[in-house]
Amino acid sequence: MSKFKINRRTLLKGSAALGVGLATPTIFSSKAWAAGYTNEPKGSTVTFGFNVPQTGAYADEGADELRAYELAVEHINGGGDGGMLNTFSSKELKGNGINGKKVVFVTGDTQTKSDAARASAKRMIEKDGAIMITGGSSSGVAIAVQGLCQDAGVIFMAGLTHSNDTTGKDKRANGFRHFFNTEMTGAALGPVLKNAFGADRTAYHLTADYTWGWSQEGSIKKYTEQIGWKTAAAVRTPLGAGDFSQYITPVLNSGADVLVLNHYGRDMVNSLTQAVQFGLRDKQVNGKDFAIVVPLYSRLMAQGAGENVKGIFGSTNWHWSLQDEGSKAFVKSFGQKYGFPPSQAAHTTYCQALLYADACQRAGTFMPSGVGAALEGFKFDGLGNGPTEYRAEDHQCFKDVLVVKGKENPTSKYDVLEVVEVTPRSQVEYPASLLGGELGPYNNGSA
Amino acid sequence: MKLLAMSRNDILLFVGFVIFTLAGPIILEPFGAGYPDLLQKFAIFGIFALGFNILFGLTGYLSFGHAAFLGAGSYTAVWTFKLFSMNPIPAIILSTLIGGIFAAAIGFISLRRTGIYFSILTLAFAQMSYNLAYSVLTPITNGETGLQLAQSDPRVLDVALGRDYGAVLPSSDFFGLEMTGYPGFYFCAIFLIICFFIKIRIFRSPFGLMLRAVKSNQNRLNYTGVNSRPYDLSAFIISGMYAGLAGGLLAVTDPLAGAERMQWTASGEVVLMTILGGAGTLIGPVIGAGAIKYFENIFSAFNDTILMNAFSFLPEVLQSAAVSVTSLFVGEGWHLTLGALFMLIVIFLPGGLMEGFKRISAMIKKRMNGGSDGSASSNPTTSA
Repeated sequence: MSKFKINRRTLLKGSAALGVGLATPTIFSSKAWAAGYTNEPKGSTVTFGFNVPQTGAYADEGADELRAYELAVEHINGGGDGGMLNTFSSKELKGNGINGKKVVFVTGDTQTKSDAARASAKRMIEKDGAIMITGGSSSGVAIAVQGLCQDAGVIFMAGLTHSNDTTGKDKRANGFRHFFNTEMTGAALGPVLKNAFGADRTAYHLTADYTWGWSQEGSIKKYTEQIGWKTAAAVRTPLGAGDFSQYITPVLNSGADVLVLNHYGRDMVNSLTQAVQFGLRDKQVNGKDFAIVVPLYSRLMAQGAGENVKGIFGSTNWHWSLQDEGSKAFVKSFGQKYGFPPSQAAHTTYCQALLYADACQRAGTFMPSGVGAALEGFKFDGLGNGPTEYRAEDHQCFKDVLVVKGKENPTSKYDVLEVVEVTPRSQVEYPASLLGGELGPYNNGSA
Repeated sequence: MKLLAMSRNDILLFVGFVIFTLAGPIILEPFGAGYPDLLQKFAIFGIFALGFNILFGLTGYLSFGHAAFLGAGSYTAVWTFKLFSMNPIPAIILSTLIGGIFAAAIGFISLRRTGIYFSILTLAFAQMSYNLAYSVLTPITNGETGLQLAQSDPRVLDVALGRDYGAVLPSSDFFGLEMTGYPGFYFCAIFLIICFFIKIRIFRSPFGLMLRAVKSNQNRLNYTGVNSRPYDLSAFIISGMYAGLAGGLLAVTDPLAGAERMQWTASGEVVLMTILGGAGTLIGPVIGAGAIKYFENIFSAFNDTILMNAFSFLPEVLQSAAVSVTSLFVGEGWHLTLGALFMLIVIFLPGGLMEGFKRISAMIKKRMNGGSDGSASSNPTTSA
C-alpha cells in the first residue's frame, strides 16, 4: 500500500484537473445566458410544455387535458377544423402558428405530486426549452409549478385548479387561470342549495386534505352559513385515500342532514359511491331527506360514479351539452378526433392554450411581460363560457358559473349532468383584495 | 498528512470521481441528461445513497425509513430560509444537524432490534413522520401543499445585514451566486465530492472495519466482549446526517419541501438505488441513484409522438406496432422498465451494476492476457 504524499508532480496534476472542472460551468453558462428572455424561440418553432398528471388520483383528468392540448396545437398550427378558433372573438390567430412560428410541444407527468411536477416542469424549461408551461390537476401542484415558473421566467397557464389560493394568496405575475375557484362555486351554489333543501340544514364536510380542499371547505361553509345552515363537522381525508368508509360511518350519528364532499377525481368517485352504498341517501335525519352535495363536479367523475350521481348538486366550469357556438364547435372537433365529448378539464386547458397563443400573437412577442400585458384585462367571447374577462389585478378569469345536477334519466353514458342554473358573473364576482396575496412584477428570466 | 493517507487505488478512484462529477454536464449531455435540474438530482440523491450505504453496505442494517431524514432536512432548510437567511450555508448546516438528531432518536430505539424487525421499526417511524408532516403538523409543514417561501418571511439575518429582495420572491444564493441552474449543480457537486471523500475514509478506517464485523457476525462480536451498539448507532447517525444534507440541498436548489419526500416509497427508492448500484461498494450507490433519477425524468417523458419519430424508419404497420409495444415501457410505464431492470440485476448481478463492471473488466483483462488460462474464468464471480 503506497501512501498518499503531495509532491510537486501530483499537485500539478491535481490542479490541472481541478482547473478543467472549474472551467466547465462557464462554457455552459455563456450559452445559456445568450437569449433575451428565458427560452426565447430562435428557430421556426416555439415549444409549449404540457405538465399533466398521467398517474395518480387525477390521471383521468390529466389524460383528457393532454388530448385537448394536442387538439389546440393542431388548431393553432392550422390543422383540423379550427375548433373554437372560428368562434373566438379575437381573430389574430390565422392558423399558421404564433408569430410565424409553428407550435410544438413536450409533455411531462406531474404524478399529482409537487416535487415530481416541479422536476418535470424544470426538465421542460431547462432541457426542452419550453416557453410556457401549462396544465396541472390539483391546486397543490398548480401552485408549486406556478412558483417555479415565476422563478424561471416563463408564463404558467394554470389548468384544472379550483383553489382560491392559485390566484389569491399564492398568485404570481407569471401565472394565469381560466378555471373558476371555490369562492365562485360557493357564491353560485348557495342560493341553489337554499331553494332545493331549505335554510334549516346541518352540513358535514369531508375534505381532501390539501390547499384545494381547505379552500373549498372554507367557501362552502361561508356561503351555506350565510343562508342559515349549520356545520356539524369538517373532517380532512388524505388525497388518494381510496377507502372512505371509516370517514363516512360517523356521518350518520353526527346529526347532520347534508354531506358535502370536497373531493375531486377518483377520490370523489370513491367517496360518493361509498356514501351511497352506506345508504345515506335513503336516510331521514331531523325529519328531512338526507342530501349529498359535490361542490365541484366534472363529467368524468359523474361518469365514474355512475348511478350514484343522480340528483346530486354541484358546480362546473363548463359542460359539453352547452348550446353556444363555441361549445358546439369544440365538442364537434374534439369528438371527431377522439370519439367522445370533452370534459371541463379538457375545455379549460384548450382555452388556456388558445388564450396564450392569441396573447403572444397580439403582443408580437413571447416575452412574459409582453404576453402578460396582452392578457391583463383582456375581454373575450366565443370560448364556451360567454363574455369573459381576464382580470388584471389577480390574473383570474371572470365569467358565468354553471350549477349542475346529476341527471335522473341519462340518454347516453356521457349525458350525466344537467345544467340547473347559469349564475351570472356579477353574482360571483368579488374584489381582488378579498383573497390577499400579491402578484409582484413579471419575471422575464435570465436575459 | 495522516488524514490524506489513502491507497493508490483509492486515490485513483477519488480523482476519477472528482473529474467525472465536475465534468458531468459534458459527459451526460449526449444522454439527454445534461441539464441542471437533473444533474442537481444526480448529485443530491448520490449523497443520499452514499449515506444510506454507510449503514446498509457496512453494517447490513436495512433501514426502510431514511426518507424521514431527507424530509426533515428539507423542512429545516426551508424554515432556515424563511426565518434567517437565504444563504444556503446556515440551511445546510442546520439540516445536516437535524438529520443527525432525528437519526439519533429513531436509531436509539430501532437499533434494539436487528434484521426484519429493525426494517419494520424504521419503516414505521418514517411513515409516522410522513403522516405527522402531512396532516398533524400542518402549521409547520403546510401539509400536502408543501412548505414554500413567501415575500413576507422575516429572514432576520438578511434584514440585519441590510439585504432587501424587493417585491420578488427571493431565491437562495451563495453570496450573490444563485443556487439554480449550473451554479446550483456545482454547489451540490462539491458536497457530493466531500461526502464521497468522507465515505472512503470511513470505509478504510478501523471504525469501518468494526462495522463490517457487525455485518458478518454480530453475535460473535458480542461474545468477544465488544458492545456493537455504539458503532451501529454512529453509522445510523452518520447516514442520517447524509440524508439530512441531501434534503437540505434539495431545498437549496428548489426552495420547497413537501411531505411526499418522507413517504415510504421515497425510503424504498434509496434502497433500490443502493442495491441497483451495488451495496457495500464505494461508488455503486451514486451510479444507482443516477440510473433511477434518469429513468424517472427521461424515460417518463417519452410520449407517443417521440416514439413515432424514433420508429419512423419502419413501415407504417410495424411502426404503430412497435410504438404500442414500447409505449408500455416508457412514459407513464417507466416504473415497469425500472422494475424489470431491477429484477434482472438482482437475479443475474447480485452485486449490482458494480459487479457488472467488475465482470466486464475481468473479461477484458482475460482477453488481454491471451485467455489461455482456463482457471481464470471462474474467479471474477467469487471476488464480488
